[in-house]
Amino acid sequence: MERGEQKSLGIYIHIPFCVRKCFYCDFLSAPAGERQRADYVEALCREIDKESKRYRDYTVNSIFMGGGTPSLLEGESISMIFNKVHENYKVSDDCEISMEANPGTVTWEKLVNFKETGGNRLSIGLQSAKKEELKALGRIHTYEDFLMTYEMALKAGISNINVDLMTGVPGQSVESLLDTLQRITDIVQMPSHISAYSLMIEEGTPFYEKTPELPDEDLERELNKITADFLHKKGYLQYEISNYALPGHMCRHNTVYWRRGNYAGFGIGAASMVENIRFRNTGDREKYVEFFLNNKNNLKRDWNEKHKNSGGFETMNKNSYVLKKNLEEDLIKEDVQVLSIEDQMEEFMFLGLRMKDGVCENEFLRTFGKSIDEVYPGIVGEFCRQGLLLLRKEPLTGENWIALTPFGMDVSNRVMAEFLLERH
Amino acid sequence: MSIDQSKIRNFCIVAHIDHGKSTLADRIIEKTGLLTSREMQAQVLDNMDLERERGITIKAQAVRTIYKAKDGEEYILNLIDTPGHVDFNYEVSRSLAACDGAVLVVDAAQGIEAQTLANVYLALDHNLEVFPVINKIDLPSAEPDRVKNEIEDVIGIEAMDAPLISAKNGIGIDDVLEAIIEKIPAPGGNPDNPLKALIFDSLYDSYKGVIVFCRVMEGRVAKGTSIQMMATGAKCEVVEVGYFGAGQFIPCDELTAGMVGYITASIKNVKDTAVGDTITDAKNPCAEPLPGYKKVNSMVYCGIYPADGAKYPDLRDALEKLQLNDASLRYEPETSIALGFGFRCGFLGLLHLEIIQERLEREYNLDLVTTAPGVVYKVRKTDGEVIELTNPSNLPDPSVIEYMEEPVVSAEIMVVTEFIGPIMELCQERRGRYLGMEYMESTRALLKYELPLNEIIYDFFDALKSRSRGYASFDYELKGYEQSELVKLDILINREEVDALSFIVHKDSAYERGRKMCEKLKEEIPRHLFEIPIQAAIGGKIIARETVKAVRKDVIAKCYGGDITRKKKLLEKQKEGKKRMRQIGSVEIPQKAFMSVLKLDDK
Repeated sequence: MERGEQKSLGIYIHIPFCVRKCFYCDFLSAPAGERQRADYVEALCREIDKESKRYRDYTVNSIFMGGGTPSLLEGESISMIFNKVHENYKVSDDCEISMEANPGTVTWEKLVNFKETGGNRLSIGLQSAKKEELKALGRIHTYEDFLMTYEMALKAGISNINVDLMTGVPGQSVESLLDTLQRITDIVQMPSHISAYSLMIEEGTPFYEKTPELPDEDLERELNKITADFLHKKGYLQYEISNYALPGHMCRHNTVYWRRGNYAGFGIGAASMVENIRFRNTGDREKYVEFFLNNKNNLKRDWNEKHKNSGGFETMNKNSYVLKKNLEEDLIKEDVQVLSIEDQMEEFMFLGLRMKDGVCENEFLRTFGKSIDEVYPGIVGEFCRQGLLLLRKEPLTGENWIALTPFGMDVSNRVMAEFLLERH
Repeated sequence: MSIDQSKIRNFCIVAHIDHGKSTLADRIIEKTGLLTSREMQAQVLDNMDLERERGITIKAQAVRTIYKAKDGEEYILNLIDTPGHVDFNYEVSRSLAACDGAVLVVDAAQGIEAQTLANVYLALDHNLEVFPVINKIDLPSAEPDRVKNEIEDVIGIEAMDAPLISAKNGIGIDDVLEAIIEKIPAPGGNPDNPLKALIFDSLYDSYKGVIVFCRVMEGRVAKGTSIQMMATGAKCEVVEVGYFGAGQFIPCDELTAGMVGYITASIKNVKDTAVGDTITDAKNPCAEPLPGYKKVNSMVYCGIYPADGAKYPDLRDALEKLQLNDASLRYEPETSIALGFGFRCGFLGLLHLEIIQERLEREYNLDLVTTAPGVVYKVRKTDGEVIELTNPSNLPDPSVIEYMEEPVVSAEIMVVTEFIGPIMELCQERRGRYLGMEYMESTRALLKYELPLNEIIYDFFDALKSRSRGYASFDYELKGYEQSELVKLDILINREEVDALSFIVHKDSAYERGRKMCEKLKEEIPRHLFEIPIQAAIGGKIIARETVKAVRKDVIAKCYGGDITRKKKLLEKQKEGKKRMRQIGSVEIPQKAFMSVLKLDDK
C-alpha cells in the first residue's frame, strides 16, 4: 500500500458477442462480424485505460469477463484486454480472474492466452447434459463439446471451473435433471463451482414471444430441491440462492455484488457501483465504439483533463453532487444514481439475504448507526415466526446474523420486498 | 316586451339508445345558426366528459335557438334533451312534461326497439304531439319504408311523411325543423294567472347557487318575485331569470307562460329544488301544484370506501359536492370491519352508480373500493317493525324476521323471434314471471315479464345482449314489493367473515351463487405463503368451499453482471401490488375482489 487505506475493487468486463442468441437470453449480446469485434475490443481497452484514473486508490481483487460469449474472442484479444487491466490497475497477487466460455467456441490457444494473462477461473455454460433440453433452449453445443472444453481447461492449468446449469427447462424431468447432475459430478475432477439458475421468461426473448411448455411450479420447486440435495451430498455448499461451491471455491466476484463491495463495469451495458454511486454504460455498441475510437469526442469530455486534481472516487465521494454531475457529463454513462441511506439499507438487506449466511445485524448497525429492527420494525420477527427467516449467533464473533430458511429461499421475493422502505 | 306564444315550440327528442338523438340535437342547434360549425363540439348538449365518452345523456339539458321558418317567421325553439336511460325514468317523465311535443327518432336499419316504445308511450302519456323521423337513411342497411310501416303498425302514429334524415351527415335537417313548426303545438297558458312552473332539472353553480330549469305553465316570473316550491316548501326571492344559450345562460327580464328558462335565487341546495316540483308565487300562489311530483327513491345501494383509509375526508367532500348537483344521490357514513370507514350510497340504478363511481375517481382523483350493489329489501320483524335494508350486514337475526320483501319490476323485452327461447330461459333463470308476449311483426316480439330487481341490476343487460347476439332491447319500471324467500350469504376468507362481501340472495340460487362466488374469489386472491380457505355460508352453515393454494416459489434466480436495478424494480412492483390490497386478518385481498359478485356470470 502506497498511501492511505487501499480499497477493494471488482472489475466486470462485458463482451456482447455470441454465435447465436439462445431462446431465453435477454443479455446484451448479439452475433457480430470480425471487424466489429476488433473495434469493440479496441474501444474496451481504451475505456479500461481511461477509467483507471478514477481507481488509483483501489486494489483489484476480482475480474470477471462475462457476456455474451467472451470465449468467442480471439486469444489475442483476450490477452490484450487482461493485459490492459494489469498495466493500469493494482491487481492483487491472488486476484480471482474469471472468464465465461461456451462449449464449441474455446480453443487451446485462447485458454493459454487467458492463463498467461493471469486467468485462473473458467465459467462454462452447460445448462443441461440432455440433448433435447439443449436443443429446446437454443444452445449450439452438445454435452460432448462441454466435456472437451472442460478437459482442455484442466490441461491448460485452469482447475477452478464453474458450470452453469438450468432448472425449469422445457421438457425437464426429475430423471433428466438427476442424469445431468450425475454426469457432471462423475467427472474425475468435478467442477469446483456450480451455478444452478431457474429459467426465467424475459421480455424480448424468443421464449417470451412463444413460450414453450414449462415444468409447473411444483415440479420446478422439486427440481431445485433435488439440485440442492444432490449437490449437498456431493460436498457442495449452497452459499447463495443459485450458487454452489466446493469448500474454499465461492466466487469472489459474485460475492462483491451481494455484499455491496465496489465494482467497476467496462464495456456496453456494464453496471458499476463505487462508493454508493450506481451507474451504467450505454447499451449502444456503435455509440460506445464511436466514443472511444473518435478522439475529438473523447477530448471534449475527457474526465482526466477536467479533474486533474480531484483524484478518484474516494475524494470525489466527499461531494457526491460533483461526482454525479461529473459522471453524467460522461456521454456514455447512464442512470447515475447516488444511493441514499435508505437505498443503501434496502440493498444491504435484499442483496445480502441472497447469501446463505444472510446479513449481519451488527454490521448493519455499524454501517448505518441504526439497528435493523429500528428501520424495519417487526418485520424480521414476523418472518421468523412464519419460518422464512432464521436468526443465529456466530459462536466465534458473537455477532447476530439473519438468513433465509430453505423455504424462505424458495419465496425470497416475498421476503425481500418487505425490506423496501416507504418513500414520498 | 312580450313574446308571442304562437312563435314558441317546446319539444324534446326521444329515441332508443344509439338511434341518433344527441346527433340530431346537435344538427338542429347548428342549423338554427346559434353556433357555427366550427364552434360545434360534437354533441353540444352532453356536457360532461363522461356523457360524451359513453355516448349517453345523463342529465337533462335545454337549449333555446331561433329558427327562421319557410313561412318567413322567426320561431323560438326550446329543445329539452332528456336522459336516455331507464335509471333516470322519472327525470325523463318530468322533462317530457315540460314539452308540448316530441320528435321520435328511429334508426332506419334497426327499427323500433324497446326504449323506442317505452319513450313513445311515456310521451303520449304526457299528451305530447309525437312525430317520427327516420334517421341513418344513408346506411346501406337502411330500410325506411319497412320502418315507416312498423311505426304505423306498432305505435299507431302517422309515419308516411316522416322526414328521412341522416343526422350524422346533415341530411334532411330542414325537414325536421319545418315539421317541428308545423306539427308541434304552440304552448298555452295565461301570463296573467298565478305563477305555476315545473322544475325539470337543476344545477349547482358555485357563483349563482342552484340554477333551476323550469317550464312556465301559467303566470310570470321575474327578478324580485318571491317564489315558493310547493312540495319542499322552500321560499326565496328570484335573483335572475333567463334562457338557455348553447352552453351558457342568457339573462332576460321575465319568463312568462309557455316559456322554458332558468331561475336563480341564491338557493344553496339542490334538495330544495326537487325535479317535478311546482314553483309558484309566494304572494299569489296557484291553487294546485302540477301533477306528477314524486320523491325519487334510491333503487340500488352499495358501500363506497376509499382505498387509502386516510382519504376518507376527501371522499366525504367529493360526495358532498356531487350531491349539490345530483339530488338523487344518497349517502350516509358506515363502517366495515373489512374496509374501514366509508359510505353507504344510494342510486337510481346501476348506471347511476357507475357514473358516480367514475366521477369520484376521475374528477376527484380517488381510488375506491366498492362493494357489490344491492337493492333495498323490506324486512318485517316479528314485533311488527318494518326496516328497509340497504346493507346486508344489517340484516337482523333470522329468528326475529317474520318475512322479507324484495322490489319487483315489470319489464318489456323486445327480441327478434329466433332468440325468444334463449331470452325466456334467461328470464326464467332470473326468477321472472311470464306475463305475455306480443308479436310486433312477423320477425319480432315483445316479451313481458315481472322480474325481481336484484336479478337484473348487475349483468342482465350483458346477458341479454350475449344471448340474443345483440338483437334484444329492454326496458323496465318498478312495480312494487313482493314477499320472497331471501337469505344472507356470508363469505369467509381464511375462516374470517368478510362483512363487505356478504349479499342477499334468493334461497334457491344461494348454493349456486355461493359456489360461483368462491370460485371467483379464488381467482382474484393471490397465492399467499399459506393455504387460504374461501367459504360461503348461510347462517353459519358452510355451503361451498374453495382453496387458494400456498405459493411455493417466488424467487429471482439470476442477477445480471451486478445490475441490480431490474431486481429492485421487480421487488418494488411486488410491494406496490401489495398496497392495492386490503388486509383481512393475515390475508391480502385485491380491491377488485369486492366487486366479484358482479361478475359471477362471466363466461
